[in-house]
Amino acid sequence: MIQIHCPYCREDRPEVEFSYGGQAHIARPADPSALDDAQWETFLYIRANPRGPHAERWRHVHGCGRFFNAVRDTVTDRFEVTYPAGTPRPETAA
Amino acid sequence: MKRFSGLNLVAEAFDGHRGWPEHWPDKAPKAAYDAVIVGAGGHGLGAAYYLASKYGMTNIAVIEKGWLGGGNTGRNTTIIRSNYLYDESAHLYDHAVKLWDGLSQELNYNVMYSKRGVLMLAHNVHDVQSFKRHIHANRLNGVDNEWLTAQQCRAYCPPLDIAPNARHPVLGGALQRRGGTARHDSVAWGYARGAVARGVDIIQNCAVTGIRRGPDGAVQGVETERGFIATGKVGVSAAGSTSLVMRMAGLDFPLESYPLQALVSEPVKPIFPCVVMSNTVHAYISQSDKGELVIGAGTDAYVSYSQRGALHIIEHTLAAICEIFPIFTRMRMLRTWGGIVDVTPDRSPILGKTPVPGLYVNCGWGTGGFKATPGAGDLLAYTIAHDAPHAINAPYNLDRFRTGRLIDEAAAAAVAH
Repeated sequence: MIQIHCPYCREDRPEVEFSYGGQAHIARPADPSALDDAQWETFLYIRANPRGPHAERWRHVHGCGRFFNAVRDTVTDRFEVTYPAGTPRPETAA
Repeated sequence: MKRFSGLNLVAEAFDGHRGWPEHWPDKAPKAAYDAVIVGAGGHGLGAAYYLASKYGMTNIAVIEKGWLGGGNTGRNTTIIRSNYLYDESAHLYDHAVKLWDGLSQELNYNVMYSKRGVLMLAHNVHDVQSFKRHIHANRLNGVDNEWLTAQQCRAYCPPLDIAPNARHPVLGGALQRRGGTARHDSVAWGYARGAVARGVDIIQNCAVTGIRRGPDGAVQGVETERGFIATGKVGVSAAGSTSLVMRMAGLDFPLESYPLQALVSEPVKPIFPCVVMSNTVHAYISQSDKGELVIGAGTDAYVSYSQRGALHIIEHTLAAICEIFPIFTRMRMLRTWGGIVDVTPDRSPILGKTPVPGLYVNCGWGTGGFKATPGAGDLLAYTIAHDAPHAINAPYNLDRFRTGRLIDEAAAAAVAH
């Protein structure tokens, strides 16, 4: 089972303690009424879905309960880094 | 193509079966084709077959980065059904089920379509209400689906535990008798053989590396590992890799790719007469003609291209199987595998034209693409040949994510996602 490092608990915990929260760094538009349909489509539905490093949200449901972000390689499922929500994506080797 | 028949079989037997030709000889790509299909799974090969047999385009190629039928076509649980809630879905999936009927005869290749019935179990009041709504909606669309009581479910599928104190009590089930299974590899092989017999080139081990577009934006051809292939029409049927291929044409797609796992047990004598699905607990089960129990799970939680999944997912599925069918608790599992499925926000496929002229797409089948194989192939072929979608796949356009006209089978919960 994959071990995930929770940046708040500062522990490697098994993946069943966590739930996945989708792609990270998708900010809700500041002025939603100003968006046209195409921009709403992008916000709601268009996702990066990369083959390689992917910035994504996770929640330590059975631990501290808090959301954090991670960069994980979608080919190997290896977690490269985890970092607190609200901080920018760190530079990773890949 | 040398036809399979009793007479030919006997004649070949006298000559050591040396007269059978190769089903799909390995071809080097030509410089240009009228159309190129990306992805030699069941859907892509089906599209090539129907383009050549029904729509009169024979100068076409199917290119595949791996080997024929080596992706999700060879990695699924082979369930066929069409009991979807919405009108658009019922028409789409039932188009496929109608084509499954007679497919073996048409292809002269036994795809082993077995109408053994698909039974979907209701475990709670919500399931009962939802399934009965499905049954009524299906009947209005001419799709067979009927309600069985718990006792009738057990009569139809004897290994089922319907004890009222079971962990997952069975309150009844929805049975589609035309549903069933088919031999997944045979579908790919049969379509490949039929397509090649009509002049289609199948080029394996040849990944697409780019899609070339002209100044007007239209497709001019595909860049591949074995050179450039000029063509005005490209049909992409690449399942979990679709968003990668689409990005080569400059398109961002509303898709995410997840592993979907399945596993088989050791082979045993016939014990399981039908397909049983339990959406609430994410488990499907049937028995193959070889005797293995074929068991499918829900998707893994996160985006991945790893073609394997997490053990706790199938552990959860097997726990449910053991609760519903206590007779299987001592079965041993032989193999597990994962396919990468491309999931759309509304869990319905995208099948039609794209904003790029000459680029067509068949994707987003998520966890349930195998059942649609003949229908998806036929409709992709129709769309490519006519440069316009058929009435059946017209609602499955890409625009629906902008207009909001979704076909929300995710909310209709026709299946565990």
